Order: sequence, then structure tokens, then C-alpha cells
Amino acid sequence: MRIENETFVNRIAKLTGKEIYRCFQCRKCSSGCPVAEFMDLLPAQIIRLVQFGFKEKIFSSETIWICASCETCTTRCPNEIDIALIMDTLRQECIQEGYSPAQKNVYLFHRIFMASIKDNGKIHELGMIKNYKQKTGTYFEDIKLGLKMFAKGKIKIFPHKTKGLNDIRRILDKY
Amino acid sequence: MKVGYYPGCSLESTAWEYNDSIKDICKTLDVELREIMDWNCCGATSAHCIDEEASFMLSVRNLEIAEKEGLDIAVPCSGCFSRLKFAEKNALHNERFKDKSSFSGEIQIHDILTFLNQDEILKRIEKNVKNPLKGLKAAAYYGCMSLRPPAIVDSTDHENPLRIENIMDLLGIEVIDWSFKTVCCGGGLALSRTDIAKTLIYKIFSMAEEAGTDCLVTSCPMCQANLDSRMHDVSADFAKNFQIPVFYISELMGLAFGSRRTGKWFRKHLVNPKKILKMRGLV
Ligand code: SF4
Ligand code: SF4
Repeated sequence: MRIENETFVNRIAKLTGKEIYRCFQCRKCSSGCPVAEFMDLLPAQIIRLVQFGFKEKIFSSETIWICASCETCTTRCPNEIDIALIMDTLRQECIQEGYSPAQKNVYLFHRIFMASIKDNGKIHELGMIKNYKQKTGTYFEDIKLGLKMFAKGKIKIFPHKTKGLNDIRRILDKY
Repeated sequence: MKVGYYPGCSLESTAWEYNDSIKDICKTLDVELREIMDWNCCGATSAHCIDEEASFMLSVRNLEIAEKEGLDIAVPCSGCFSRLKFAEKNALHNERFKDKSSFSGEIQIHDILTFLNQDEILKRIEKNVKNPLKGLKAAAYYGCMSLRPPAIVDSTDHENPLRIENIMDLLGIEVIDWSFKTVCCGGGLALSRTDIAKTLIYKIFSMAEEAGTDCLVTSCPMCQANLDSRMHDVSADFAKNFQIPVFYISELMGLAFGSRRTGKWFRKHLVNPKKILKMRGLV
């Protein structure tokens, strides 16, 4: 349960570690980030905004969805701030608090991926990709590539299934 | 030598040649791989992004099974390896997850490269090289997830790993040093932000070309699929003419060991790897 007057930064610190208070804006995280050029806010700016409690600005930013989870920032931060985990956590808080994700297709992809695991216990690429293309209306992008992969036998028509599917469905019941 | 084996979803589909070549070289090296019973998807790149608890529960189920079977596990997919290591650390040390699983940390989880880099295995590799791959120039490409974050995956060589180079050296390959071997290829965004993935792929192939390598050599099925399948498109988009096949390290091991299955593996690639091997007189 959330404590009534818990501040935003306290909540994120509780979920990801109190190191977040230590950020001194050296920007090492951001200079090594491979996708910084596509972000609307740099990882270092996200950390500062968390410290100051600018929740709305963070939840409406593209950065949290564009982060590729490469873990370079977490590896290199001199203050041991787990920036990649903070990105994960902010995505989850963004959804939980009812904000609409600024990169809808990225979020949709993750949901469809989860649904595919729920169906089979394992990923079935063909089903997942078909689902994603259908929901995003991007059927014709990558069609040549898809056919090539198919011809190479890299995409299976039928899914492999985990037998203990009940375990998996219990874990993923909301997808 | 016997070890548990967690192949992961990619190795049953897009990375079939990786799975088959690993099984093949392990036979040669007298390593028995015992696939863990009824494993499930580790949650991969998506689960941890939107649901940390589901991500943990999916991964830890596999660790619980492996622990019951009493075998350490070797994991070929860097993505799976990373998620299983996250689950290990969370099950043992994270107050939020400690009570949610029965995993007690009695087994070890090895990334396939670390497993192959054990002294005993390196000796066996050296002994089994029948056709040294002389003349082939290759650069190792690791990507992210077998290396970072070091506190989770227990790596000490994450800024300049040499796990692939050590093996290539034994195979007689000319190792090309370059600066992009641990830079992300954007695999997780390949479908939802293809433009970003393509830019990262472009940078990697540009650097590889500049370094003068014949090919890239990896152990990550997501990197391999992302780089191999998009090379032609990226070439077209950026007015380049990249000709750089991406091998799995196990394929080159099989080739050097004289395996009869290499043709089956190479046929699966989208960028034909035989051209360069022919040029170097290796097939
Ligand atoms: S590297 Fe760490 S301390 Fe430096 S700006 Fe980034 S989060 Fe802050
Ligand atoms: S984990 Fe995300 S924010 Fe950190 S360096 Fe990688 S892409 Fe950038």
C-alpha cells in the first residue's frame, strides 16, 4: 500500500535503491547511451526530474519507452545508480498510474509479447508478429524480410508449448 | 562432463543453427547437455519492461526446475542468461521477491562463453581443431546481455571481454580488434522502432567495415538475427554495400572441428556466409 504522503522520489528510491539521491549530473549515463539521440529527455535529466518529483513530465516522455535496456548506464554510473532499473520502474509506474505511454507501439509490442508467452509458455514468433502487425496496421512493413525468414525455416508455423502451462497462466493472468 | 542446458525460445526458431551447432560441438568436446525439463520463456526483453514481478516469476520457474534436477546450467542466449541471473539475484537478495520462490542458489548459471572458457574445455577445443581457419579475419561482437550489469551477471571483463577472441585464437582465426564489440544493436526495438534499430546496426557494420574484418562472431541469437536480417535493408537505407556475415562462435568451432553439419547451418543465414569462407579457401 502506498503511504499517503510518500513523495515520488521516495517511492522510486524504495523500488530501485536509495542511490538515486546521489546523482550529481555527471552525465556519464547519457554520453554512453546508444539511443540518446532518439530521446526527448536524457537519462540524466530523467534522474534529476525524479529527484524533483516531476512525475507528469517523466510519464509523458518518450525516453522511458525508447530505452533499449542495454544496461550501459547502470554499469558505468559512478554513484551506482541503477538507471536501467529506474527506466523499467518508471514504465511500470506510468502504466499503473493510468498515463498513456508516449510510444504506444513499444508498449503494445511488450503486451503482445506477454500474451504470446501466456498462450504457449514460449514465444511463438509467427503468432506474435502477426498480432503486432494487425494491431498496429503495419502489415506491409518488413513483408519481404518476413518471407525470407519464412523461406529459411526460421519462423515456425506451429508453436512449441510448455507443458506446465497452468503455472505460466497464473503468472500472466492479466495479459 | 555433464551440464544442464536452457536453450530458450530463439534457439527453437530463428536461431536453429545456433542450437544445432552447439549440440554438435558439445558432442565433439565430450560435454553432455541435459536440456532442463519443460522449461518456459524467461520473459525476455519485454517482461521486465512492463512487469517486474511476472519477469521474475517466469525466469525463476526455470531455476527451480534446474535446481531440482541438481545440475548447473549453461545458457547460450545472452538474453535468457541475463534474465536468469536477474532472477537468481532477486530470489536470493531482493526483499520484494525472496519469499516468492523456492530457489536457494545451489546451482550455477553459466553464459555459454564463460562455460566454454574453462581451462579444461579450452584444452579440448585446441585438441579438436582439425582444419584451422587460417586467413579468416573476424571481430567478436558480444552485445549487451552476457556482460551487463556486472553486479548481476558476475562479469569482470565487461568493458573489454575476450571470451570469443580466446576461442577464435585457438581456431586459427586472425582476431580483429575494434571498439564496438559491446555496443547495443537495438534488438529489443527491432519491431516497434525499426528506425532506431537500423541506425544502431548501421553504426556497428560501419565500424566493422572500417576495422577491416571479414565477419562478425557472436553468441547472442538476438544480435545475430537483428544484424543478419537487416544488413541488406540498412545497406540500402544508408547507401552502403555491407558484406559482413554474422557467425555464431559455435558454427566456426564446428567448421574448424571438421563437422559435417556446417552446410545446414550456413544455409539458414540471410547474409550468405559461404562467400567469404570460399574466398579464404575454407569451404
Ligand atoms: S551517471 Fe549516475 S551520477 Fe552521473 S548523471 Fe548519470 S545517474 Fe547521475
Ligand atoms: S539502459 Fe536505456 S538509458 Fe541506459 S544506456 Fe541503455 S538504452 Fe540508455
